[in-house]
Amino acid sequence: MKNKLVCYFSAAQSEQPVVYRLIKNYDLIINILKADINPQKEGYLVIEVEGERDKYEAGVSFMKSMGIIVDPLSETVLWDEQICIQCGACASFCPTEALAIDRESMMVSFDNAKCVVCGMCLDCCPTRAIKLHFEIKEAV
Amino acid sequence: MAYQKSYEEINEKIKRGEAVVVTAEEVIDIVAEKGVAQAAREIDVVTTGTFGPMCSSGAFINFGHSKPRIKMKKVWLNGVEAYGGLAAVDAYIGAAQLPDNDPENNVYPGRFTYGGGHVIHDLVARKEVRLEAIAYGTDCYPNKQVDTIITLDDVNEAFIFNPRNAYQNYNCAVNLGDRTLYTYMGILKPRIGNASYSTSGQLSPLLNDPHYKTIGVGTRIFLGGGIGYVAWNGTQHHPNVLRGENGVPKVTAGTLAVIGDLKQMDPNWLVGLSYIGYGATMAVGIGIPIPILDEEMLLYTAVKDEDIYCPVVDFHEGYPYSKPIDLGFANFKELKSGRIEINGKSVVTTSQSSYPRARQIAAILKQWIQKGDFELSRPVAPLPSAEANIDFKSIPERKPDGNGLSGRNRR
Repeated sequence: MKNKLVCYFSAAQSEQPVVYRLIKNYDLIINILKADINPQKEGYLVIEVEGERDKYEAGVSFMKSMGIIVDPLSETVLWDEQICIQCGACASFCPTEALAIDRESMMVSFDNAKCVVCGMCLDCCPTRAIKLHFEIKEAV
Repeated sequence: MAYQKSYEEINEKIKRGEAVVVTAEEVIDIVAEKGVAQAAREIDVVTTGTFGPMCSSGAFINFGHSKPRIKMKKVWLNGVEAYGGLAAVDAYIGAAQLPDNDPENNVYPGRFTYGGGHVIHDLVARKEVRLEAIAYGTDCYPNKQVDTIITLDDVNEAFIFNPRNAYQNYNCAVNLGDRTLYTYMGILKPRIGNASYSTSGQLSPLLNDPHYKTIGVGTRIFLGGGIGYVAWNGTQHHPNVLRGENGVPKVTAGTLAVIGDLKQMDPNWLVGLSYIGYGATMAVGIGIPIPILDEEMLLYTAVKDEDIYCPVVDFHEGYPYSKPIDLGFANFKELKSGRIEINGKSVVTTSQSSYPRARQIAAILKQWIQKGDFELSRPVAPLPSAEANIDFKSIPERKPDGNGLSGRNRR
């Protein structure tokens, strides 16, 4: 199975080689998507974890046993209307028509409810008006 | 005799705030409703607009002198090199220039998140920009290094000079290959997965004056949110091409070199762009007013999307290796509808040029003229027309001899 997780950890936990343990002891494939550690060494790690179900579950239990808070990742696509120049390139790559062009006004609009966060739009936007946003808790 | 108006008559009406100004979209319905003869009498000016990536753009800047003085040999703005092979503190920053340490396509496809176009945008947005320069030092210019922070207000002159903008028509790009391509026309999905186009069609300046009868050297224009001028024909200006019965080129044709004061411009209309796998560039906003001198000019400005065609070009082999692959023409109305048909297959279309922004430019220019803030200028010289028989040239393949060709001309 494969899942994206947000792991919040304290200063003491950040000293531990967590990712190394997940790979070495639980045979999991770890892809670090984002990491943010503040000067007090607290922070979070956004990882994609892939492996057999029992090992995946054991790995997550291991992290929880260390006091790390593990949450499923919720990603959203953000479209910044201020940066967008309305070229419309994104709409032709969006598989769900979440990004769509009104053919009268030729204006682009974004419907978050239709978005499946495939990320196709991120690469084709020349102004980088579309960003992937990880839902991260403010403080732990 | 057919009705005629002079530049002077039109400008008199502009000064009095009485000029009838419409956009290149609005004129279409007016002509359909009132007919050419009456519309030509009533309408004084038609405004056009385009807003899209225009790589051949950049700005000349004079930084003023350091103490002691410096003759800049190399110049960087936010790490992006500006050409310094000019007088002491003059430089030219090109829109497509990348930072020296840009990873380019080493990790393919590269991201190209910052370049010369972004620097120009940041300058116009009045952001602080790092200026670095090095020099070898001379008796008159002893300083060898500058490293400071500037804004657009700190420099003496800054003016846009774009050698090739406002292309009259442009190819519609597709990919006949089996892998995704990353091009200056954006991402092209394999096996004709999409068709990418870039012009504002019926709003585009040179498609509304196909024979350059009113647009010429000295024409006052909307440039980057300020006032600019047509300086010359643009590079690769090739008017002698296949045209439709309406005179509109069916392939890439005329281009414009334009100039204007960067300090008067607006960051909304000069926007740095990043094309994945290709490079950095800049979207430039241009609007050109067309005086309705006679019925003929009115007819040109009434051109509709359905009367404009562009060639479909393969970017897998056709364009990069100059292989003639005939994929026919795409109609602009169909391109704008979101789907076109190529080889019997329905293909989704990808736009690179912003039609809503082009529309906005035409509207702003219309407002400027209506308010009497912007008069029309008669060209001081025409652009080369189709009769000029300009040839398409390529780089010749010749073998330099042992002494080197450059050596021959040395004293």
